[in-house]
Amino acid sequence: MADLKYESPTTTEAAVALLAAGGEMARVFAGGTDLLVQMHEEMIEPTLLVDIKSIKETREITFEADYVRIGAAVTGAELGENDKLVAMWPGVVEAVELIGSYQVQGRATIAGNLCNASPAADSVPAMIAAGASVCIAGPTGTHEIPVEQMAVSPGKTSLAQGEFVTSILLPNRPSNAGDAYLRFIPRTEMDIAVVGVGVSIELNADGTCASARLSLGAVSATAQLVKAASGILVGNKLDDTVLEALASAASDACSPIDDKRGTIEFRTKVAGVLACRATKIAWQRAEKN
Amino acid sequence: MSNDNAKTNFQWVGKRTRRPDGVDKVTGRARYGDDMSMPGMLHCKVLRSPHAHAKILSIDTSKAAAIKGVKAVLTSAEIPDHPLSKPPYAPIINDMHDISRNVMARDKVFYDGHAVAAVAATSERIAKAALKLIEVKYEVLPHVLDPIEAVQPDAPILHEDQFTFLGDKTSEIPSNLFRSSVGERGDLDQGFGEADLILERDFSSEPVHQGYIEPLACVASTSEDGCVELWTTTQGHFVIRALCSSLLNIELAKIRVTASEIGGGFGGKNTVYGEPVAIRLSQITGRPVRMVMSRKEVFRSSGPTVGSRTHIKMGVKNDGTITAAEVETWYQAGAFKGAPTGRAVETYFSSYTIPNLKATVHDVCVNRPKVAAYRAPGAPMAAFAAEGIINELANRIGMDPIDIRLKNAVTEGDQSLGGSVYGSIGLIEVLNQTKNHPHYLAPLGPNQGRGLALGYWMHGGGLSSVSVHLLDDGSVTVATGNPDIGGSRSSMRVMAAEELGIDIELIKPIVADTGSMGYSHLTAGSRTTFATGWAVINSVREIIEKLCILAAKKWEIDVNDVSWEAGHAVSTKSGDSIKPLSLKELAAMATKMGGAIAGHSEINAGGTGAAFCLQLVDVEVDPETGHVTPLRHTVIQDVGRAISPDYVEGQMQGGAVQGIGWALNEEYVYDDQARLQNTGFLDYRMPVASDVPMIDTVIVEVPNPNHPYGVRGVGEPTLVSAPAAVANAVENAIGKPMSSLPLSPPKVLKAIEQIQVAAE
Ligand SMILES: Cc1cc2nc3c(=O)[nH]c(=O)nc-3n(C[C@H](O)[C@H](O)[C@H](O)COP(=O)(O)OP(=O)(O)OC[C@H]3O[C@@H](n4cnc5c(N)ncnc54)[C@H](O)[C@@H]3O)c2cc1C
Repeated sequence: MADLKYESPTTTEAAVALLAAGGEMARVFAGGTDLLVQMHEEMIEPTLLVDIKSIKETREITFEADYVRIGAAVTGAELGENDKLVAMWPGVVEAVELIGSYQVQGRATIAGNLCNASPAADSVPAMIAAGASVCIAGPTGTHEIPVEQMAVSPGKTSLAQGEFVTSILLPNRPSNAGDAYLRFIPRTEMDIAVVGVGVSIELNADGTCASARLSLGAVSATAQLVKAASGILVGNKLDDTVLEALASAASDACSPIDDKRGTIEFRTKVAGVLACRATKIAWQRAEKN
Repeated sequence: MSNDNAKTNFQWVGKRTRRPDGVDKVTGRARYGDDMSMPGMLHCKVLRSPHAHAKILSIDTSKAAAIKGVKAVLTSAEIPDHPLSKPPYAPIINDMHDISRNVMARDKVFYDGHAVAAVAATSERIAKAALKLIEVKYEVLPHVLDPIEAVQPDAPILHEDQFTFLGDKTSEIPSNLFRSSVGERGDLDQGFGEADLILERDFSSEPVHQGYIEPLACVASTSEDGCVELWTTTQGHFVIRALCSSLLNIELAKIRVTASEIGGGFGGKNTVYGEPVAIRLSQITGRPVRMVMSRKEVFRSSGPTVGSRTHIKMGVKNDGTITAAEVETWYQAGAFKGAPTGRAVETYFSSYTIPNLKATVHDVCVNRPKVAAYRAPGAPMAAFAAEGIINELANRIGMDPIDIRLKNAVTEGDQSLGGSVYGSIGLIEVLNQTKNHPHYLAPLGPNQGRGLALGYWMHGGGLSSVSVHLLDDGSVTVATGNPDIGGSRSSMRVMAAEELGIDIELIKPIVADTGSMGYSHLTAGSRTTFATGWAVINSVREIIEKLCILAAKKWEIDVNDVSWEAGHAVSTKSGDSIKPLSLKELAAMATKMGGAIAGHSEINAGGTGAAFCLQLVDVEVDPETGHVTPLRHTVIQDVGRAISPDYVEGQMQGGAVQGIGWALNEEYVYDDQARLQNTGFLDYRMPVASDVPMIDTVIVEVPNPNHPYGVRGVGEPTLVSAPAAVANAVENAIGKPMSSLPLSPPKVLKAIEQIQVAAE
């Protein structure tokens, strides 16, 4: 029965110092919607919680020259209310808004969703498709990595001791571009993705695809960028042949497991189905932009 | 006793009134199981088996007992043992031998989550820490989860002392099969001989949990003179008292049980889990002990309803007459005997006049938590198979699904397979109302299907006690011994107001503890509004009689010249101009003219009336993912008389929603060691609000001639037909028989792919 300490530093430097000193038993505390549940279930028994919500920068959404910066403690509800962000990255925001319920939305953060390192995290495929990157602060200073390099296996991140995420950067969207996220769950909400697909598309003036990124969640140990998708889409219009090839590429990229949430066979098939459906939505959005 | 079941001009019955429990529930003032706290109270936590089937070789509690703050550690050695019960067996067996082993494993554990030891400590945190220090040595044994595998010769045997009961003898070797219920009539050979089409099909369903939102919780406080006070969330505190008394060898009068407000039960809170353990820990420590289960514990250790495997055969003539049916079903009882096999026999085909029938239902032990009741125990899985094969037969002979049911429908004088003889029943009305309902006539879109199914349920009667007190100011308390899980306080109040002829707001309904009231059976079996309501009517009529005597005394006239009308005693002597006395005036006089006025009734209610419920369901199936969306759902049910229509509709809707869960996604997921994987609502997928459409209700009222107000049981029939109706809708949407619940997306997608492969 080790005691539990709670700290609420007001600066990034103080947070880094606490985390570095706390070692393996220290945890960053953002919304707590994963953390507190895991503690309650006795899956983890940390001895130090470092609450990052009192650090001012982590609470802000700022639009900068090349990107929009989302502080690590900004909640899902706050993202959904930011009209400019919703217009820019509707797919990312709709992925975030799928997390939990109204109540959970008031606490949950995208950085927490990413750092929890669940292969089924909803916002992660959408962020990978968007080409987002992660700002990390640590004992040796700050650096950035692409979102897809954060999770290394279920529940494990590439963060070193003392490091934490301060913000997430979404690039400014070019015109003629759109994104979308779809997930499959057996119910309609309060469920964990059996398959998740994020897609971001940029179109040429002639209506063909200029660039595309497609990412899958819940069908492998970590969310992944399906590199073959871009080759299938770029230069083409969205016809049945392209969609069929896209579905196969998505299914081929799957290496899921059988578990309480779904079977290998089902996940592999539905990844292809959702890849096509999400691409169609992103495409329509791109045509309108 | 006057019978008003044909009466239609009610003052309060059938009205939508303010609910008496509403304010406390929405303000949070209502006290549920874990809202009780007492000075000096200890907290109990239970160590549970990580194995599905194992011998307990040893339990060392010394390290746990040594922690500061730990006041007692308990194992089965502290729970009295009882001999195995012997034949003849009751239809529902409460075998103390089994119950004592279920609340605390004795020499073997029978399922993942089975209680092995318990700690009482000064905080929950200390109790949890102590659990980790209890050392249990197990010898792990092979397990079995499926009831058909469990009756194979090479299956692991759970109970070496259980032999199959064969009526006049028992099996020679131990068996997981405890007994089989059989119902039979007519001549099967002849019946199948007359059929133009015979179908055979296998069905299966999985155990499903009641999913009550309030986990199990209780507080026990015992005293040096052997008395016990128990506070618990339960559907029947008199039953809890009886079980604790028998199990712990304490006189009934020394145990006083108070039922907390209850956050759902659905049959799952009809028996004991933590109560005997909390009582024993309180006796050992001399302090109150509280035990609250987490959701995970509820899933791992409390009883769901049975899963089933069924083989069914049915024959029909081309004109739709069903000539014969034969069915064999295996029910999973879980760790101890007691699957609701008799209720299954009673329910099979009981909506139909099929002359030649046989149903055999087996009670089989497997390494899962012991089953508990769940809303119409044993019936929904039987209806799933029976209504499923009728759906297919109707499709094959090209007959409308309502017409085939009308053709074979039971009417007054017919009998169920279990032997119930129907009085006046509303089945034909239910079928006719469905046929004319806009839902039945509405067009369907692509990938959509419509299904319907019929359910039958014979609700319970039995023992109920009621005390009604008229107070000095003319207000009234109505005390019953039945916890209110579905609106019984409201219905009791309505019936009392109707009899008295006063405003319902003057009446306060309460649930009294076991020390204040005669024996009252469970709030279960759809019995409470029927049986306890009847006792309320009796009690109030006793009060009215007393008030008439009082008025006669006051007026110095013969009591036969006084009657009770619209809340007043009136003189019926012709030409008499005596001013009527109101209830309020009489109440004020009572204490000065003889004493307080109360009415009591302790009854054993017979005269239950069969209830029929039809559900009409539209679904849309996503052909690429197998996802099923329920689009429209209508429940048409004969309720006898809707005392409180808001609650009646709530019952009809609630059963439908639960049935949607059974049909589409609910199931227990085990790993290869038979450890339960989905121990929370995140992965045990009960429907959430957005999963279900508005459930429309059609209340049909064909009064039950045996009840003063014509009441039939309402709570259960609505679940009986729901899973079958949803499954039939999916079947009709994709054009392929769907025989295995739940119809989860992977299963439906696979069925669709098989159709596509077959078509190519
Ligand atoms: C009822 C319910 C429903 C849910 N439904 C969904 C769903 O539909 N989809 C879904 O994807 N998830 C769901 N979740 C999970 C959870 O809500 C999300 O993952 C959420 O985004 C986590 O964010 P948080 O801020 O609450 O993280 P926290 O719980 O605070 O943290 C999660 C983990 O990340 C670490 N962490 C947090 N922030 C940082 C940081 N800045 N730097 C480094 N490490 C950090 C924490 O130490 C912890 O290990 C659900 C949870 C609940 C309780």
